[in-house]
Amino acid sequence: MSTYTDKIREIAQRLLKECRVEMVIGFRQGSMPMMNEPCFVRKPEEVDRLVWDSNCGINLANYLTNRKEKIGIVAKGCDSRNIVTHILENKVKREQLVIIGVPCQGMIDKRKIAASIQGEILAVSETGGQIKVKSAGGEKSFNKNEVLQQNCSVCVHRNPVIHDEMVAAPVAEQTDVDQYADVNAIEAMSTEERWEFFEKLLAPCIRCYACRNACPLCYCPTCFVDESKPQWVGKSQDPMDVRTFHFLRAFHCAGRCTDCGACERACPVGINMRLLTKKLNKDCLELYGWQAGLNLDSRPALDVYKANDPEDFIH
Amino acid sequence: MKVIKIDKSQWSQTLEKIRGAYRLFGPVKEKTFHNFTELSDGQSPDLAFQNTRLSPKSLVFPQSEVMLNYSLDEADADHHVPKEAPKDYSPRAVIGIRPCDAKALALVKMNFDTDQYKDPYWLNLYNATTFVGLACDAPCGTCFCTTAGCGPFSEEGLDVLLVDQNDHYVAKALTDKGTQLLQKTGSKETTAAAIETAKIAAEAKITAKIETDNLRGADMMALYKAGLWEDISFACLNCGTCTFSCPTCWCFDIQDEVYRKKGVRMRNWDSCMFPIFSVHTTGHNPRDSKLSRVRQRFMHKLKYFVDKYDKGIMCVGCGRCVRQCPVNIDIRKVSALMNQLGSEARCAVKGS
Repeated sequence: MSTYTDKIREIAQRLLKECRVEMVIGFRQGSMPMMNEPCFVRKPEEVDRLVWDSNCGINLANYLTNRKEKIGIVAKGCDSRNIVTHILENKVKREQLVIIGVPCQGMIDKRKIAASIQGEILAVSETGGQIKVKSAGGEKSFNKNEVLQQNCSVCVHRNPVIHDEMVAAPVAEQTDVDQYADVNAIEAMSTEERWEFFEKLLAPCIRCYACRNACPLCYCPTCFVDESKPQWVGKSQDPMDVRTFHFLRAFHCAGRCTDCGACERACPVGINMRLLTKKLNKDCLELYGWQAGLNLDSRPALDVYKANDPEDFIH
Repeated sequence: MKVIKIDKSQWSQTLEKIRGAYRLFGPVKEKTFHNFTELSDGQSPDLAFQNTRLSPKSLVFPQSEVMLNYSLDEADADHHVPKEAPKDYSPRAVIGIRPCDAKALALVKMNFDTDQYKDPYWLNLYNATTFVGLACDAPCGTCFCTTAGCGPFSEEGLDVLLVDQNDHYVAKALTDKGTQLLQKTGSKETTAAAIETAKIAAEAKITAKIETDNLRGADMMALYKAGLWEDISFACLNCGTCTFSCPTCWCFDIQDEVYRKKGVRMRNWDSCMFPIFSVHTTGHNPRDSKLSRVRQRFMHKLKYFVDKYDKGIMCVGCGRCVRQCPVNIDIRKVSALMNQLGSEARCAVKGS
C-alpha cells in the first residue's frame, strides 16, 4: 500500500507544480486506527500529507459537487463511477478534473474487526494481505479478505473506469462473487417477514443523516426531509418518518448508486441501509442491463427512454 | 456523606431494593454497542462497558418529546386549547452513568435552568432522577476528560459515585438525593479510602488532551476570521453524528404535528451541522456554508461558551465525536490549532 501512497504523492506534486490543477483531493492519515480523513492539498510541498491504505472507504466524488476549480482527485473504482455520474449529472465538468486512478483492493470494515476483538483497538497495521490489530486484549491478525466491507467483498469494478493517471497496474477484477445474495434473501421473504426485517433494520436510526451526507448522489440543494415550505416529512423519531426518509432516499438513488458503501460506513449506529439501494441496483441491472457510472457515453437508466424498454406493467 | 460497600454477589438483590422506590435506567448492550435504556423487572445494567454509543442526555432530554396535546375538533369542549402532555415524573435512578456524562448534565443545566427561564420538561425529568455514576477505571484512548474540566472520578452532576473494587462496589453519596437512594440498599457502611487510590490510577491512564488554555483570552474575531477553518471543515459531511452523540449539545427544534383533528407540539433534537438549523423564515440562511457551520460548532464549545459563562469549555472529554465522526474530524486536533492561534491572537490584541 505504501507504494500507492508514494505514487499518489508523486503524481499530486507533479500536477500541482505543473499548474495542471489548483488542488488535489485525497486522504490524510487519521487520528484513530482504521480512520482516514478526506483532505485537499494546494501546495506541491504539502503532498506528503496524502496517504493511501485500506481505510479510504469514504467516497471522494462527494467532495467535487459544484466545485469550480481544476481538481486532481484520487479515485478508486467506486469513486470513479460516481465521478462519471457527477459529470453526467452536470455536478462537475470532465475538463476540470485530473483523475488519479487507484486500483482498489477493497476497504476494511472496522466494525467487523471491532466485533471480533476484546477491548479497545489501539493500533492497526497492514502488510500484504494481513491486517494486524493491537488491542487492549492483545494482538490478533486477520486475513484482509475476511474483514472487507461487504460491498467490497462482492465488488466487480475495483479498477477506475475513468482516469488520467494510474498509481499502479490494474488489479484483477473479481468474477466469482454472488453480488446480490443479500438482496435475494430479502426478496425470498414473505411480505410480513420483510416488513419486520425493515422495521428492525431501521429501528436504531437517529436521523443524523450521515448516510445521506456521505453519499455523492445526495447533493440536492435542499433534501426533501429538510423542506419546510411545505414540510413533507415529520422530524420526530416516529418510525413512519424514519422509514419515509430511508425509502425515499433509496428511490432517489435508483439507477445512480454504485454501492460504494459510504452510507453504511458513515452510519454511527451500524445500519446497513445499502440493502435498500442495492435492491434498486439489482432491478436496474435486471430490467435495463444498467450499472451506474461505467462510462460517459450512455445516459442513466431512469433519464432515458428506449423503444424496447420493458413495459409489462402496462400490458 | 454516607459511604457503603455492596458485595457483587449481592448486586442484583441491592438493585431490587432500589427498584422498590425508583424506576431504573442503565446501560444495556444493543447488538454491538451499549446505550442507556429503562431496565425491565429483574434486568441489571451491563456495567462492562467503556462508554455508551449515545450519551445518556436523552434520559432527561429525549430526542423527540411531546410537550403539548391539542384538539382541533370543534365538537370537543376544549378544542384549540393546548394541554400539557401527561408524563411520568415518578422517581427514577440512572445506574452506571459515567462521570463525564454527569458533568455534561451540569453544563446543560446552565441552559435549561436560568434565572429568566426554567425549562419545565428538562427540569421535571432532571429533578425526578438520581444519578448513580460509575467511576471510569479503563478510559478509552480517545477520552480527554482530565483536560476538559472533568475526570474519570469526577463527582460533579452525580448523586452517588460507584467505584468498582473487584469483588465489591464502594458507593459514596454526594448529595441528599444520593444518601436517600443508598439508604434503600441497607448495605453496610465503609470508608472512602479506596476511592482516592483508584482515582489517581485512573487519571494516570488518560493521555489524550484538549488544549484550550489560550482561548479564553483570545480575540474572538481573530479566531473567527482565521484561515484554518477551510482545512478543518473540508472533510465534514454536515451530518448530526457529533451533535447527537454529544452529551453537552442541547439544541432542539419545536414542531407541530397534526393528524386529522388531533395535534401535538413536540421538540426534537436539532443540530447546528444541518443547513436548515439557521434558515430564517425569509429563506435567508446566515450560516449558509459548511465552513461556517463547522466553525460555529467548535467556536461555541471552545470560545463562545467560555466567554459567556466563564465555566470552562462546553465539552467534557467523553470522546464520542472523535470516535464516531465518519470522516475523522477530531476536536483534539481542532482545539490544538485554535489554541495555537489563540496565543497569537492574544498577543496581537495586547500589542495593538
